[in-house]
Amino acid sequence: MTLLREPDRGTPSAPGPETVTLEIDGIPVSVPEGTSVMRAAALAGTDVPKLCATDSLAAFGSCRLCLVEIDGQRGTPASCTTPVAAGMRVSTQTPRLDRLRRGVMELYISDHPLDCLTCPANGDCELQDMAGAVGLREVRYGYAGANHLDAAKDTSNPYFEFDPAKCIVCSRCVRACDDIQGTLALTIEGRGFGSKVAPGPTDFLGSECVSCGACVQACPTSTLQEKAVVLSGTPRRTVLTTCAYCGVGCSFKAELNGEQVVRMVPYKDGGANEGHSCVKGRFAWGYATHPDRITTPMIREHFTDPWRPVSWEEAISHTARRLQEIQERHGGAAIGAITSSRCTNEEVFAVQKMVRAAFGNNNVDTCARVCHSPTGFGLKSTFGTSAGTQDFKSVDAADVIMVIGANPTDAHPVFASRMKRRLRAGAKLIVVDPRRIDLVRTPHIEASYHLQLMPGTNVAVLNAMAHTILAEGLANRAFVAERCEADAFEVWERFILDPANSPEALEVVTGVPAAAVRAAARLYAAGPNSAIYYGLGVTEHSQGSTAVMGMANLAMLTGNIGRDGVGVNPLRGQNNVQGSCDMGSFPHELSGYRHVADAAVREQFESEWGHPVLDRPGLRIPNMFDAAIDGAFRGLFVQGEDVAQSDPNLQHVVAALSSLELLVVQDLFENETAKFAHVFLPGTSFLEKDGTFINAERRINRVRPVMPPRTGKSEWEVVCEIATAMGYPMSWGSASEIMDEVARLTPTFAGVSFDKLDRVGSVQWPCNETAPLGTPVMHVGKFVRGLGHFMETPFVPTDERSTSRYPLLLTTGRILTQYNVGAQTRRTANQVWHHEDILDVHPHDAEDRGITEGDLVYVASRVGRIQLHARISERMPQGVVYTTFHHPISGTNVVTTENSDWATNCPEYKVTAVQVQLVPPAPAPEKGAEAVAPAEPVPVAGA
Amino acid sequence: MTPSPESELAELRMANQIAANFRHHPDDQAAAEVANHLRSFWTPWMLERLERLVDSGGEGLDPLVVRAAALLATPAA
Ligand code: SF4
Ligand code: SF4
Ligand code: SF4
Ligand code: FES
Repeated sequence: MTLLREPDRGTPSAPGPETVTLEIDGIPVSVPEGTSVMRAAALAGTDVPKLCATDSLAAFGSCRLCLVEIDGQRGTPASCTTPVAAGMRVSTQTPRLDRLRRGVMELYISDHPLDCLTCPANGDCELQDMAGAVGLREVRYGYAGANHLDAAKDTSNPYFEFDPAKCIVCSRCVRACDDIQGTLALTIEGRGFGSKVAPGPTDFLGSECVSCGACVQACPTSTLQEKAVVLSGTPRRTVLTTCAYCGVGCSFKAELNGEQVVRMVPYKDGGANEGHSCVKGRFAWGYATHPDRITTPMIREHFTDPWRPVSWEEAISHTARRLQEIQERHGGAAIGAITSSRCTNEEVFAVQKMVRAAFGNNNVDTCARVCHSPTGFGLKSTFGTSAGTQDFKSVDAADVIMVIGANPTDAHPVFASRMKRRLRAGAKLIVVDPRRIDLVRTPHIEASYHLQLMPGTNVAVLNAMAHTILAEGLANRAFVAERCEADAFEVWERFILDPANSPEALEVVTGVPAAAVRAAARLYAAGPNSAIYYGLGVTEHSQGSTAVMGMANLAMLTGNIGRDGVGVNPLRGQNNVQGSCDMGSFPHELSGYRHVADAAVREQFESEWGHPVLDRPGLRIPNMFDAAIDGAFRGLFVQGEDVAQSDPNLQHVVAALSSLELLVVQDLFENETAKFAHVFLPGTSFLEKDGTFINAERRINRVRPVMPPRTGKSEWEVVCEIATAMGYPMSWGSASEIMDEVARLTPTFAGVSFDKLDRVGSVQWPCNETAPLGTPVMHVGKFVRGLGHFMETPFVPTDERSTSRYPLLLTTGRILTQYNVGAQTRRTANQVWHHEDILDVHPHDAEDRGITEGDLVYVASRVGRIQLHARISERMPQGVVYTTFHHPISGTNVVTTENSDWATNCPEYKVTAVQVQLVPPAPAPEKGAEAVAPAEPVPVAGA
Repeated sequence: MTPSPESELAELRMANQIAANFRHHPDDQAAAEVANHLRSFWTPWMLERLERLVDSGGEGLDPLVVRAAALLATPAA
């Protein structure tokens, strides 16, 4: 499409029915109470000139350009700050108003450089537009007087620049940073003519700014401007698409010149983000065209051989032949595939179909195994389906927000901004996390309780909370009686009331004072709307699944499920974790979470596919590695995932990968996994994909190609060709036909089609006959499984305990500017914020070991040893150290172990017993000797 | 194929862990639950390895797992 300009109605919409009728320039219009005159005028078809107003922000009333006349009222009120009233008669265009507006504009322009023709915002500047709109023809004041035209540019941020000479001090940027992003990085310094915008006493890069871009978007002039626009000019066409980073699933307008993306601008109509974004989706998309991208298929005999570029035909027939040979020699179950949560639903569905129909087994798993598989298990056992219960908007109605094992400000930034808005407006906050995450205390927000538990004790804390609620008579017994299974509740009640589950009994294990647990439990039970949000700090534990069930129990016990403002909500890591799970990429489930043992379900697939589906589960990722080392599993197809960096106990992973006869990697870059591969199939970036992603609120969003695949083929086409070459003809005419097949086979997707998504924007599954436009909130009136099921959640401590040899516990997390293994973000300017992984050490633990800020230290577990630079930090309790895992060179997963969730094998990334020691200073290198790279991972054999 | 005892430890560790999470129930019920879990989530290759562990004396295996393995030999209800 041509460049999409979204309407800006000046002030936000007011909720409620359109009950107030007024006249704008003689045209009647009905709007909800609380609407501004400016917005009513826009809805009636008249744009009142404005500068300080924009509909993403509350009206401010500073520029005085939006004046109107109202019958019966004296003066010329500002239309942005004047609310409508019934029967009001408004004039937006009179000679008096014209004169006043021209006067205002004249003053603005007199302190603004007149270089419109060469300004990067030429044609996309509201100041320019308004000068035209008010008919400004001359400026009577010259530049002789005081002005700001010489103010220096700040180009420190890698993605946007700040040119104060062009600033009209409308404060839209300051308000965007405060109200939308919630970072409060900008201020207006000084008063009157001397006032100016500043990112604190420093430049943008050195400031609190997190580079979300909200201010750039809000700025009506070229003062805050994307560097890409400065460089390549204003874009000319738009493609609506979805961010490919995190599970928030923000909608973006990709704005292009020809095939070149100039910028990504968050889309106001995007259901998940409503016009907001974070630094990754907004700016860090340059990796898609990075020179490291591989675009030609390559093969080699042994992974130590050099690659040989080949044609697609050769790559595909070679792959198919080798896979078949392995099956002939070692049996049908000797091969399998891993699907990626970074890929579209259509690509994932194609891979699992290839496994089930062309490979003829169920050896397919997804990288969600290593993050949210316990969510699937836990929510399915209790509520009946594997998904978060709410839409993101629901948090606006929450009174108490409990955040467990998640750090939304870094990992789910756009949702965090929404949550922070609600918290600033008065909702109460409980944080359950070993680490003092930013949310615990941030401008205008302070957690009521921070339960700083020892890693690995989530289940104990959740049990203690449930115990308190029951023992103190705070349960919602009416809800339980009406909505939940009575027998299971009785059993659970006896279990949870056992004194062993009291906060007092568990204090020694969790490290959290019983009084704090009790107080938090009371607050959660009091609500009235209490919502739980959780992340990988819940799932990536030996009892990840149990903890998910513990949260579901709490929600049922207090009736906090099945309406707005409540629920149990996983904050998904990758963009399409939800979708890759929904698409049937677990080895025991077909799409829509239906077990392969269910004959009726299998029959449906068998008749659609014309091929039998096995009734026994296949191998999960860690089992694949075990089987590879054993020799039973010989061929693996890996779609867009870097298991040799992201999976735990890397030595074991590497041993498994190097014992495969055939490893096929489909990816953008030659990642760590590809180092062990025999076939490399170049993948497509999200800018080339046609398909859908599903975010953490079950929202199915369209991903639209802004350019043709740089490899010449869609990833799903390649998969179809391999399947076909193996003797199972598989083809679709387009990605939308794949979704049609998903819809035919999956009841929760029955009403989904590309056509519908293109018409309505997005839908949240279940989307079918009963809910043709989807389901924002689940379990209303009735659980998916009928009655809610309380599950007993005995606390079983992890085997991974600190010992005298490994006395500290290591836990891991993410930061805002990097993404997972960093394959994308490390190939962007985001490197300026985080160029290495750092180990946070508590001051006491540091002192005991003679470690000071910035020292290089060894982190050793029983399986491996790495080196990191230390930072002294009190965010962690004593005895716990913390790091991120974004850089392959730090090799964090060299030290994580084989321990996993009991039910799903989701690795226990969040708890590893380690020792930390200073790296002895290296002797001065002899002349000619090479210094060892400081952060090289040093695997320790077998220890 | 010759069994490799070292990597069979994975099944031992995982099965024991599953048992630990059902131990709060009476033995019969717990054994049935462990068996059900294994049947739902373990691929035949892993169940065979577990069976071999049991057959070779089951050293280190939780007795609940041994009972569950016996149940697995009978077809699912
Ligand atoms: S980019 Fe975002 S965080 Fe930075 S100043 Fe602008 S609004 Fe604030
Ligand atoms: S930088 Fe832009 S948004 Fe901020 S005050 Fe200046 S003109 Fe307004
Ligand atoms: S919050 Fe997530 S989906 Fe949204 S722009 Fe950032 S990375 Fe992309
Ligand atoms: S737009 Fe209303 S005062 Fe600026």
